Amino acid sequence: MSAEEAAPPPDIAPAEPSTFRKAMGQKRFVVGLTITVLLVLFVVIGPHLAPFGETEVAGPPFSKDGVLGTDYLGQDVLSRLMYGGTSILLIAVFGTLVGMVLGILVGVVAAYAGGWWDEIIMRGNDVVLSFPQILLALVVLTAVEQPTAWILVLLVGISHAPRVARLARGVALGIVTRDFVIAAEALGEKRTRVMLAEVLPNMSAPLLAEGGLRLTYSIGLVGALGFLGFSTDPGAANWGQMIQENRLALSTQPWAVLAPCW
Amino acid sequence: MATMEQEPTQGKVGGLVVEDLGVMITGKDIDIVNDIDLVLKPGEVVGLVGESGSGKTTVGTSLLNYSRAGAHISSGKVLLEDRDVLHLPWQQVRQIRGEEIAYVPQDPASALNPSIRIGKQIVELLALRGIGTDASRLQGARDGLAEVGLPNDDEFLSRYAHQLSGGQVQRVALAMAFLPKPKVLVLDEPTTGLDVTTQAMVLDTMAQLCRTHGVSALYVTHDLAVVANIADRVAVMYAGQIVELGPKEQMFREPAHPYTRALLDSIPHLSQARALTGIPGRTPAPGARPSGCRFHDRCSFAVDACAQAVPELHQIAPAHDVRCIRAEEIGHWDISRGTVPDSDPDKAREVILSVDGLDVFYGRKHVVHNVTFDLAKAEVVALVGESGSGKTTISRSIGGLHKDWTGAITFEGEPLAHSARQRSAVHRKRLQYIFQNPYLSLNPRLTIEQIVKRPMELFGLASGKEATDRVVELLDQVALGPRMLKYQANRLSGGERQRVAIARALAAEPDVLICDEITSALDVSVQGSIVALLEGLRKERGISMLFVTHNLALVRSIAARVEILQAGRVVEAGSVVTVMETPQEDYTRNLLSKSPRID
Amino acid sequence: MTDAATVLTDPLEEVAPPKRRSGASAWVVWLVRRLGLAVLTLWLVSILTFLATAALGDPIRAILGRDYNSNPGRVKQLEELLNADQSLVSRYFSWLGGLFKGDLGTSLASQKPVSELIASNVANTAMLVLLSAIVMIPLAFAIAMISVHYRRRRPDTAIQTVLLAMAGLPEFVIGVLLIALFATTVFKIFPAVTISSPTGHPWDNWKSMVLPTLTLVLAVAPYVSRIVRASLLEVIDSDYVELARLKGIPERVVMRKHALLNAIVPGIQVIALQLAWLAGGVVVVETLFSYPGVGLQLVDSVRNHDVPMVQALSMIIAGVYVVVNLIADVLSILLTPRARTAISS
Repeated sequence: MSAEEAAPPPDIAPAEPSTFRKAMGQKRFVVGLTITVLLVLFVVIGPHLAPFGETEVAGPPFSKDGVLGTDYLGQDVLSRLMYGGTSILLIAVFGTLVGMVLGILVGVVAAYAGGWWDEIIMRGNDVVLSFPQILLALVVLTAVEQPTAWILVLLVGISHAPRVARLARGVALGIVTRDFVIAAEALGEKRTRVMLAEVLPNMSAPLLAEGGLRLTYSIGLVGALGFLGFSTDPGAANWGQMIQENRLALSTQPWAVLAPCW
Repeated sequence: MATMEQEPTQGKVGGLVVEDLGVMITGKDIDIVNDIDLVLKPGEVVGLVGESGSGKTTVGTSLLNYSRAGAHISSGKVLLEDRDVLHLPWQQVRQIRGEEIAYVPQDPASALNPSIRIGKQIVELLALRGIGTDASRLQGARDGLAEVGLPNDDEFLSRYAHQLSGGQVQRVALAMAFLPKPKVLVLDEPTTGLDVTTQAMVLDTMAQLCRTHGVSALYVTHDLAVVANIADRVAVMYAGQIVELGPKEQMFREPAHPYTRALLDSIPHLSQARALTGIPGRTPAPGARPSGCRFHDRCSFAVDACAQAVPELHQIAPAHDVRCIRAEEIGHWDISRGTVPDSDPDKAREVILSVDGLDVFYGRKHVVHNVTFDLAKAEVVALVGESGSGKTTISRSIGGLHKDWTGAITFEGEPLAHSARQRSAVHRKRLQYIFQNPYLSLNPRLTIEQIVKRPMELFGLASGKEATDRVVELLDQVALGPRMLKYQANRLSGGERQRVAIARALAAEPDVLICDEITSALDVSVQGSIVALLEGLRKERGISMLFVTHNLALVRSIAARVEILQAGRVVEAGSVVTVMETPQEDYTRNLLSKSPRID
Repeated sequence: MTDAATVLTDPLEEVAPPKRRSGASAWVVWLVRRLGLAVLTLWLVSILTFLATAALGDPIRAILGRDYNSNPGRVKQLEELLNADQSLVSRYFSWLGGLFKGDLGTSLASQKPVSELIASNVANTAMLVLLSAIVMIPLAFAIAMISVHYRRRRPDTAIQTVLLAMAGLPEFVIGVLLIALFATTVFKIFPAVTISSPTGHPWDNWKSMVLPTLTLVLAVAPYVSRIVRASLLEVIDSDYVELARLKGIPERVVMRKHALLNAIVPGIQVIALQLAWLAGGVVVVETLFSYPGVGLQLVDSVRNHDVPMVQALSMIIAGVYVVVNLIADVLSILLTPRARTAISS
């Protein structure tokens, strides 16, 4: 340990900015946040402003009626677009939450327990990890007639969990060996308190970033499942499904397909 | 090595002349270092000494026209013969680097490429420049390795950096720097982190190479004691400026700048115990430096005029320059200032903690063998040894942080359980551990108040408002103000953090403190004040301390008894005076003779 | 160097020279251990696959839907095919035994052996993934190196923003956009749907390979590129690169010899992960382009609740993941001297 590296911070040390503030300083994060907020607003407010009902027939199929035209059943594309996000977003958000909580739990426990426990937990993790995310969902859907929203939430969550766990373990490994954790051990703090009060708060920055990334993946995953024809209600609007349904007409009526992409 | 030339050297052939060098933070009007004038005469070793944040490394790399990302060289000249290194075209600068001015890095273990064999790395530059043939380069590498006392067979040449020990890596770096036969060498803390015996070997090698090849060297370091052993002249840096520059003997006999004097006052001596003092406040960072003399706000001799204008470096004796307007007024300084009597070896002892037949294991590895010693009330026992001696392992076993040991550790007659978790709350409370690195031992997410309060809550000593009052009291005892309460640890300097760590230990109202190298990550002036703080605690509260360190001089000033460890065994033990005045074992004598000293 | 960190190292100054002779046997032991782990993982994967497909629901009910109550004959036939009368454990072991003998079972939908049905699809998918990897790896590295060259200046920021945006797009969106751009709405250069004869392969008509490959590349390259850039930057800030520059080594050589060599290992790890991801990502892309590979087949089988087909296909895909990871591990260790010498001594 060199004295030079361990240089003391500047004399008038500014208050350590919160993780959020630091993130706000990055242009990239601001852009991401803005897009997310706009998307959420669109999804939440959309259904109230939609000119037509979710399954209401607004005109002949693939016509130019309405802002974005109509789809293969003659339903208004704009309206379905406004309805179609809700279920995707809800499933994605809850799925991400499930995955993050599960993954952090597994990762932190493995890192903190160490030794054989770590080995066993992470081997088990590797097994789940060897299923590509979408495959895990598909395998389970084989045996299920019609997936409910909760099954999808669980599937999305479970498919994220091992990936989150790997990251969480990596981050936690760098923390559990630090002296302040050992100091808490030496004082005889309860193990759960060491994990919750000493280890977890120091992981927030990478975990928040991971959470954001996972959410976009979740949206993609739920969308992909809809696109492949596995959604909770075949009649309801769903962005992924809309792409699939209207693919045939891409050349004549591109908006029915392209609009849900955005 | 004391071949000193007194005459001015401007215009002389060889060596290096630095004029008015300045380095600024890119994009801001803030200087990291400025107004640096320095001459390296041919064959001369100049020690550039400073604490962290002084800008000494920045000056070192500037000599090669290199600055780290975020900084740029803003002014000045670096004259190598008649060429100004700072204003040459890039190709020529690159040509000069390595071939004429070579650099030896701070931490060679990370400065050697981990995936290139050392034989190849040593000759890389020559091969790229097409100097010599494959055979002659290989022979050069072999000769160079022999010169620094390393094996030079094919097996050694085909090793990777991680297959070498710390001392070997550093000597490989030296051999690599010397191979192209440079005229000037910049060494950036090349022995930091090495054990004293290894350090002595590397320093000898370096001095010898400089002498035989007539190379001038700039030796950048924080360690005044090392400089006292190898340099011809010494430059002391503070807050980006050279504050004092002069021949070595004079610098240690007649230091003129208040900062140099304060620095020397904080250094422990091998020959005699001292009451160490620190320097109040902390080194200002670039951008936060005071106007006028940059040291005036921490200086005990400061007058109003000191804050007015930046003092010029002026000559007070032949070849001895000082940047202080009061240099001639503040009287003489004596190296024996601050000496105190050694602790009394015949004092009555009342044992509080005893270790009996301790063996410690890491898995199948047996690292500590049959160690026995004890610690009395209000006494400091030092565990001393080089890396791998097992000193930290022993302290961790006693502290309950490592549980794979056999033997007996008894506290006031009661045996201690192996791990902290198995111990009773009373034992955990009465035995507190302080860690080496204060940058790792405080949770960055908690406030200082939360950190110091926690042991009180845990052991039921105080809670709520009462606990907060006690925290303020404790912070006051470790010389920190109550405004620290709501701060998080990352706003504190290293010394302040270590004080918080001490306050946290004190919050449990312990009887024994285990101090694991607690000053080794800190600057000497900070170390001085921490040692003074511990000494006060011992006297006032009667706390016993187990002090783990590699620094024998520090032991003399702080401890009453010492255990010298080698490879997991106690080789010599006894009162500090006895062991250090009349060492019985070769190992102890060797350690004492290899430790750099200024007294 | 702190005492705590070095307490495990040799206390003597001279480190023992690496042993060379015993290296080979150490390697064998290591490799056997690593292979054993891979086999163990695969075995656990098989349990998980079996449980997920056979135990979570009633596949027969799912297959027949409303017909379940009205067609007892078909129920009986399916029960026989799935050995529904046996216990879960014995069904698992007979399935596992079949796997070892190369018998992947019989498809419920077509009543043909699974291995016969999937053979050509496996080849098609392998071709698609291979082609994507060949395009993706150099592309990702090139982008990363350009980015690092302009580190934290405008071109770098622009590249990173684009990559980030692309990494956020699901692969089917990329695919649809590509179709709109190159196959239907804007240009009509490449076919939107893969057409191949039942006996031939899709690459008989190279044009039909372009869009599926491109979609996969665009879905994966941004992520790989970002990781490679990050590890390159880390290496460039290292002490040994600084020393190489201070030694006067030309920048070009610093990049090639000192930086890239040490940045390549994290690159390999992420490429392995992404190749394994490709094995799953093809599901969507193949469906989108009707590319006759395992992905398309998997989706059809899932839709038909064709349990033996799904089991076989997921074992293949998971197996690919395990093997790719194994290869990546071995490569990383071969390319990291510290890890390599740790095994042989």
